[in-house]
Amino acid sequence: MSDSPSNPMREAIQSAISENPVILFMKGTPEAPACGFSARTVAVLEAVDRPFAAVNILPDPAIRQELSAISGWPTIPQLFVDGELVGGCDIVTEMYQTGELQKLLGVETAEAGAEAPEPAAHHETAPLSIENLL
Amino acid sequence: MSVSPDELKDRIEAAIPGTRAAVTGDGHHFEATVEGPAFAGLSRIAQHKLVYDVFGAELGDRIHALSLKITPTEAR
Repeated sequence: MSDSPSNPMREAIQSAISENPVILFMKGTPEAPACGFSARTVAVLEAVDRPFAAVNILPDPAIRQELSAISGWPTIPQLFVDGELVGGCDIVTEMYQTGELQKLLGVETAEAGAEAPEPAAHHETAPLSIENLL
Repeated sequence: MSVSPDELKDRIEAAIPGTRAAVTGDGHHFEATVEGPAFAGLSRIAQHKLVYDVFGAELGDRIHALSLKITPTEAR
Protein backbone atom coordinates (compact mmCIF):
# COMPACT_ATOMS: atom_id res chain seq x y z
CA MET A 1 0.00 0.00 0.00
CA SER A 2 1.31 3.43 -0.91
CA ASP A 3 1.06 6.00 1.82
CA SER A 4 2.22 8.86 -0.31
CA PRO A 5 0.73 11.97 1.28
CA SER A 6 0.81 13.75 -2.07
CA ASN A 7 -2.05 11.78 -3.55
CA PRO A 8 -5.32 12.74 -1.86
CA MET A 9 -7.45 10.94 -4.47
CA ARG A 10 -5.70 7.65 -3.85
CA GLU A 11 -6.03 8.14 -0.10
CA ALA A 12 -9.72 8.93 -0.40
CA ILE A 13 -10.29 5.76 -2.41
CA GLN A 14 -8.27 3.65 -0.01
CA SER A 15 -10.22 5.06 2.95
CA ALA A 16 -13.51 4.35 1.20
CA ILE A 17 -12.41 0.75 0.56
CA SER A 18 -11.29 0.17 4.12
CA GLU A 19 -14.22 1.93 5.77
CA ASN A 20 -16.99 0.20 3.81
CA PRO A 21 -17.26 -3.58 4.20
CA VAL A 22 -19.00 -3.83 0.83
CA ILE A 23 -18.23 -1.17 -1.75
CA LEU A 24 -18.87 -1.06 -5.48
CA PHE A 25 -17.05 1.27 -7.84
CA MET A 26 -19.28 1.66 -10.87
CA LYS A 27 -20.28 3.80 -13.83
CA GLY A 28 -23.31 5.80 -12.74
CA THR A 29 -25.26 5.17 -9.55
CA PRO A 30 -27.23 2.15 -8.29
CA GLU A 31 -30.40 4.08 -9.18
CA ALA A 32 -29.11 5.07 -12.61
CA PRO A 33 -26.28 2.81 -13.80
CA ALA A 34 -24.51 4.19 -16.88
CA CYS A 35 -23.21 0.87 -18.16
CA GLY A 36 -24.73 -2.57 -18.59
CA PHE A 37 -21.98 -4.27 -16.60
CA SER A 38 -22.44 -1.91 -13.68
CA ALA A 39 -26.21 -2.40 -13.89
CA ARG A 40 -25.89 -6.18 -13.78
CA THR A 41 -23.52 -6.06 -10.82
CA VAL A 42 -25.89 -3.78 -8.89
CA ALA A 43 -28.75 -6.17 -9.68
CA VAL A 44 -26.78 -9.10 -8.27
CA LEU A 45 -25.90 -7.22 -5.08
CA GLU A 46 -29.50 -6.16 -4.62
CA ALA A 47 -30.60 -9.76 -5.10
CA VAL A 48 -28.23 -10.81 -2.32
CA ASP A 49 -29.92 -8.12 -0.22
CA ARG A 50 -26.87 -6.87 1.61
CA PRO A 51 -26.32 -3.10 1.92
CA PHE A 52 -23.42 -1.77 -0.10
CA ALA A 53 -21.69 1.52 -0.68
CA ALA A 54 -21.40 2.75 -4.25
CA VAL A 55 -18.99 5.17 -5.87
CA ASN A 56 -19.66 6.64 -9.28
CA ILE A 57 -16.31 6.81 -11.10
CA LEU A 58 -17.58 8.93 -13.99
CA PRO A 59 -17.40 12.46 -12.54
CA ASP A 60 -13.58 12.46 -12.39
CA PRO A 61 -11.24 10.36 -14.57
CA ALA A 62 -8.71 10.39 -11.72
CA ILE A 63 -11.01 8.12 -9.66
CA ARG A 64 -10.75 5.33 -12.18
CA GLN A 65 -7.05 5.90 -12.73
CA GLU A 66 -6.20 5.72 -9.04
CA LEU A 67 -8.64 2.87 -8.39
CA SER A 68 -7.05 0.70 -11.07
CA ALA A 69 -3.59 1.61 -9.77
CA ILE A 70 -4.63 0.40 -6.31
CA SER A 71 -6.44 -2.75 -7.41
CA GLY A 72 -4.44 -3.74 -10.49
CA TRP A 73 -7.80 -4.32 -12.17
CA PRO A 74 -8.35 -2.46 -15.44
CA THR A 75 -12.12 -2.45 -15.82
CA ILE A 76 -15.22 -1.10 -14.09
CA PRO A 77 -17.20 -2.17 -12.07
CA GLN A 78 -15.03 -3.35 -9.18
CA LEU A 79 -16.47 -4.87 -6.03
CA PHE A 80 -14.50 -4.85 -2.76
CA VAL A 81 -15.51 -6.85 0.30
CA ASP A 82 -13.64 -6.32 3.57
CA GLY A 83 -10.96 -4.36 1.76
CA GLU A 84 -10.28 -7.08 -0.84
CA LEU A 85 -11.03 -6.89 -4.55
CA VAL A 86 -13.62 -9.56 -5.37
CA GLY A 87 -13.82 -8.80 -9.08
CA GLY A 88 -15.93 -7.28 -11.81
CA CYS A 89 -19.27 -8.13 -13.32
CA ASP A 90 -18.30 -11.60 -14.62
CA ILE A 91 -16.82 -12.80 -11.34
CA VAL A 92 -19.57 -11.33 -9.16
CA THR A 93 -22.25 -12.90 -11.37
CA GLU A 94 -20.48 -16.27 -11.39
CA MET A 95 -20.04 -16.21 -7.61
CA TYR A 96 -23.72 -15.39 -7.18
CA GLN A 97 -24.70 -18.35 -9.33
CA THR A 98 -22.51 -20.73 -7.32
CA GLY A 99 -23.60 -19.26 -3.96
CA GLU A 100 -20.05 -18.13 -3.12
CA LEU A 101 -21.05 -14.47 -3.12
CA GLN A 102 -23.82 -15.08 -0.60
CA LYS A 103 -21.35 -16.93 1.61
CA LEU A 104 -18.76 -14.18 1.28
CA LEU A 105 -21.33 -11.57 2.23
CA GLY A 106 -22.61 -13.63 5.14
CA VAL A 107 -26.03 -14.00 3.59
CA GLU A 108 -27.21 -17.58 3.24
CA THR A 109 -30.10 -17.92 0.87
CA ALA A 110 -32.08 -20.97 -0.04
CA GLU A 111 -31.82 -19.99 -3.66
CA ALA A 112 -28.09 -20.28 -4.19
CA GLY A 113 -27.55 -21.37 -7.74
CA ALA A 114 -30.48 -19.33 -8.96
CA GLU A 115 -30.32 -17.59 -12.30
CA ALA A 116 -28.54 -14.27 -12.21
CA PRO A 117 -31.10 -11.51 -11.86
CA GLU A 118 -31.71 -9.17 -14.74
CA PRO A 119 -31.13 -5.51 -14.03
CA ALA A 120 -34.40 -4.03 -12.82
CA ALA A 121 -35.95 -1.17 -14.73
CA HIS A 122 -35.34 1.03 -11.72
CA HIS A 123 -33.80 0.41 -8.35
CA GLU A 124 -34.55 1.16 -4.77
CA THR A 125 -32.14 3.64 -3.30
CA ALA A 126 -29.12 1.87 -1.88
CA PRO A 127 -29.06 2.03 1.91
CA LEU A 128 -25.66 3.66 1.88
CA SER A 129 -24.40 5.73 -0.97
CA ILE A 130 -21.24 7.78 -1.02
CA GLU A 131 -21.14 8.63 -4.68
CA ASN A 132 -19.67 12.00 -5.56
CA LEU A 133 -17.85 12.24 -2.27
CA LEU A 134 -14.55 11.47 -3.90
CA MET B 1 -10.53 1.45 -34.74
CA SER B 2 -12.46 -1.72 -34.38
CA VAL B 3 -11.03 -5.01 -33.24
CA SER B 4 -11.91 -8.43 -34.59
CA PRO B 5 -12.89 -11.35 -32.34
CA ASP B 6 -10.31 -13.46 -34.20
CA GLU B 7 -7.54 -11.06 -33.22
CA LEU B 8 -8.46 -11.42 -29.55
CA LYS B 9 -8.68 -15.20 -29.85
CA ASP B 10 -5.27 -15.42 -31.52
CA ARG B 11 -3.60 -13.11 -29.02
CA ILE B 12 -5.01 -14.94 -25.98
CA GLU B 13 -3.96 -18.33 -27.37
CA ALA B 14 -0.51 -17.03 -28.34
CA ALA B 15 0.17 -15.32 -25.03
CA ILE B 16 -1.04 -18.07 -22.67
CA PRO B 17 0.40 -21.45 -23.66
CA GLY B 18 -2.04 -24.35 -23.97
CA THR B 19 -5.07 -22.06 -23.92
CA ARG B 20 -8.08 -22.34 -26.19
CA ALA B 21 -10.33 -19.34 -26.66
CA ALA B 22 -13.65 -18.68 -28.36
CA VAL B 23 -14.43 -15.01 -28.82
CA THR B 24 -17.51 -13.22 -30.07
CA GLY B 25 -18.04 -9.50 -30.29
CA ASP B 26 -19.13 -6.44 -32.22
CA GLY B 27 -15.73 -4.78 -32.58
CA HIS B 28 -15.90 -3.01 -29.21
CA HIS B 29 -17.64 -5.34 -26.74
CA PHE B 30 -16.46 -8.92 -26.59
CA GLU B 31 -17.26 -12.15 -24.83
CA ALA B 32 -14.56 -14.75 -24.51
CA THR B 33 -14.75 -18.32 -23.32
CA VAL B 34 -11.26 -19.39 -22.38
CA GLU B 35 -9.92 -22.69 -21.11
CA GLY B 36 -6.48 -24.00 -20.37
CA PRO B 37 -4.13 -25.44 -17.79
CA ALA B 38 -2.60 -22.02 -17.05
CA PHE B 39 -5.67 -21.15 -14.96
CA ALA B 40 -5.57 -24.21 -12.71
CA GLY B 41 -5.10 -23.40 -9.05
CA LEU B 42 -5.52 -19.64 -9.53
CA SER B 43 -8.14 -17.49 -7.86
CA ARG B 44 -10.81 -16.03 -10.11
CA ILE B 45 -9.12 -12.65 -9.83
CA ALA B 46 -5.79 -14.12 -10.92
CA GLN B 47 -7.43 -16.04 -13.79
CA HIS B 48 -9.03 -12.90 -15.16
CA LYS B 49 -5.86 -10.85 -14.69
CA LEU B 50 -3.93 -13.38 -16.74
CA VAL B 51 -6.19 -12.65 -19.70
CA TYR B 52 -6.48 -8.91 -19.02
CA ASP B 53 -2.69 -8.67 -19.01
CA VAL B 54 -2.61 -9.88 -22.61
CA PHE B 55 -4.27 -6.63 -23.63
CA GLY B 56 -2.98 -4.16 -21.04
CA ALA B 57 -4.04 -0.58 -21.65
CA GLU B 58 -6.09 -1.56 -24.70
CA LEU B 59 -8.79 -2.71 -22.28
CA GLY B 60 -11.31 0.02 -21.68
CA ASP B 61 -9.84 1.87 -24.66
CA ARG B 62 -9.57 0.08 -28.00
CA ILE B 63 -11.30 -2.94 -26.47
CA HIS B 64 -14.19 -1.32 -24.68
CA ALA B 65 -15.30 -4.38 -22.75
CA LEU B 66 -14.18 -7.99 -22.49
CA SER B 67 -16.46 -10.37 -20.65
CA LEU B 68 -14.68 -13.56 -19.60
CA LYS B 69 -15.76 -17.09 -18.83
CA ILE B 70 -12.68 -19.00 -17.76
CA THR B 71 -12.37 -22.75 -17.22
CA PRO B 72 -9.15 -24.23 -15.85
CA THR B 73 -8.20 -27.58 -17.34
CA GLU B 74 -5.84 -30.30 -16.15
CA ALA B 75 -2.21 -29.60 -16.82
CA ARG B 76 -0.82 -32.06 -19.33
